[in-house]
Amino acid sequence: MKIQERLAQAEDRAKEAFERTLLYIEGVTVSFDGFRALNNLSFAIEPGEMRAIIGPNGAGKTTMMDVVTGKTRPDKGAVIFDKLHDLARLDETEIAELGIGRKFQKPTVFDSHTVYDNLELALKADRRARATLWTRETADERRRIEEILQIIRLTAVQNRLAGGLSHGQKQWLEIGMLLAQDPKLLLVDEPVAGMTDVETQQTAELLKQINREHTVVVVEHDMTFVRELGVKVTCLHEGSVLAEGTIDEVSANERVVEVYLGR
Amino acid sequence: MSSHILIRSLDRSATVFLITVAVIAIAVPVLNLAVPQSSDFHIPTYLVALFGKYLCYAILALSIDLIWGYCGILSLGQSAFFALGGYAMGMYLMRQIGTRGVYANPILPDFMVFLNWKELPYSWYGFQHFPYAALMVVLVPGVLAFVFGWLAFRSRVTGVYLSIITQALTYALMLGFFRNNFGFGGNNGLTDFKDILGFNVEAETTRAALFSITCVALMLGLLVCRAVVTSKFGKVLIAIRDAEARVRFLGYRVESYKVLVFTLSACMAGIAGALYVPQIGIINPSEFAPGNSIEAVIWVAVGGRGTLVGAAVGAILANYAKTYFTSGVLAPYWLFMLGGLFIGVTLLLPRGIIGSLHHWTALRRARISAAAEEGVAAPPPEPQPAE
Repeated sequence: MKIQERLAQAEDRAKEAFERTLLYIEGVTVSFDGFRALNNLSFAIEPGEMRAIIGPNGAGKTTMMDVVTGKTRPDKGAVIFDKLHDLARLDETEIAELGIGRKFQKPTVFDSHTVYDNLELALKADRRARATLWTRETADERRRIEEILQIIRLTAVQNRLAGGLSHGQKQWLEIGMLLAQDPKLLLVDEPVAGMTDVETQQTAELLKQINREHTVVVVEHDMTFVRELGVKVTCLHEGSVLAEGTIDEVSANERVVEVYLGR
Repeated sequence: MSSHILIRSLDRSATVFLITVAVIAIAVPVLNLAVPQSSDFHIPTYLVALFGKYLCYAILALSIDLIWGYCGILSLGQSAFFALGGYAMGMYLMRQIGTRGVYANPILPDFMVFLNWKELPYSWYGFQHFPYAALMVVLVPGVLAFVFGWLAFRSRVTGVYLSIITQALTYALMLGFFRNNFGFGGNNGLTDFKDILGFNVEAETTRAALFSITCVALMLGLLVCRAVVTSKFGKVLIAIRDAEARVRFLGYRVESYKVLVFTLSACMAGIAGALYVPQIGIINPSEFAPGNSIEAVIWVAVGGRGTLVGAAVGAILANYAKTYFTSGVLAPYWLFMLGGLFIGVTLLLPRGIIGSLHHWTALRRARISAAAEEGVAAPPPEPQPAE
């Protein structure tokens, strides 16, 4: 009797925890030719949260993003978005439509389009082929794009081709495109790789600003940057969660020090 | 609503091209029909037919540039759609022959009587009516492209693999059409046409009219392509060409865009083929030969990929060169010259003729504005030329 009661209570708590999540990853396993990139990975992201994911190379950080955005199908496990949608069953387009945006490790913008047009393409609007044939930019859309240009500090170069931007500017443009997409969840893969110190700091500010209205997951190697963000950290190792907590807790963890940070 | 699309579509090179084609559409028939043969300005009828052929190829080149230049789909089977449109028109022309054929059968074309067929195959039903045939000219290539594209693009076949299967498609069709029991005249194809819409196809006036109609079709084709590539749809196409995965993660259904533009391009190629057949007087399975498609891709590369006008110009210039060189002592070496042209353009003029012209003007403009910047304190931001 007592055991049953406790079980019921535990179930209720689990339910409550699930109710609070925006992204719920449960027991996900992905193998490539026998190599387990993700090994029974489980963790949850709450709405409005910003989470930093760290871990050594090959820990499964990018594979985790691939699974969430539909690029890779998990062999096992569930990825539940917004309590309703099992992302493991959907493709990239459907997942993007649900409101998950992604920034790639290597900045990927449309080189032969202007900065402005890049944002226009990303802007939340009817994505169907027939609709885009006849559509015409509205004043609202123009205002929104100009707003984003301000946020990502690219107003001055809005008519330049994106291919001619510096590395840091491309990173910001891609973040701007995510903003234009207005997703519920942003996945950002190594946003400060190859940036100068000043750019890194500006990017941290930019992400904090974005986090006011969006849930953000950042994968990053740069520990100074992660510290700058000041958010909950999850450390992955060999495809599962090794440690979770504040940056100080995680960096004090024996195992984390051993496999990742080094003594 | 349509006026803003028109304004958006007409950049300088498109306008110049449209005006030039419009002038040719009027001038060539006039110089052919109204100027006496003794005059130096007279254009002989064989040249009208020859230039008409070039213009059909220009429409084909436009259709290739639309998918290759703007969406990165390199189809090496575009001549399949061209030939299918041509066959649809040829079937109409065959059924117009009626009792004037060698066997004087009012229903069956000569080759069917020769093969001892008693009844008209179902596939030939309705082709005695021009509107039905005209519908088939766009419908048959369009439906084939839609089904083929849906299967290929949904399975994410891209790049060289797509090129290979499009080539297999046109090759398979060629083998099919070569067979007598396929029902389209076997290796002789369809020929001996008499009249089109009641006009004698051999008559000078009919040829001149067909020439002008081809000019109009080319102009409309360019306008449609420009309207497509300058729309938001066109921007998505270019984005797909540059970073397909990114477009998917932005929430666009890439395969819908590809299928739609591929189908549109096939319909255009079909119309080009349909205009080609009455001017040339024959359609046979060799039109499906993969070599034809590859040649057409070279025209586009020569003129300038992703410029539309360049594709049409490239088609006309390359075919003029072909006519010129294959009628002299250099005839046996034409294919080498074509290959050399392709290599030369790729190495020395990778943007093609019109593409390089655009590039040079843009460079000069940039230099001028840079020079102005030095003089004036704050220059107004200059909008980039639409790519």
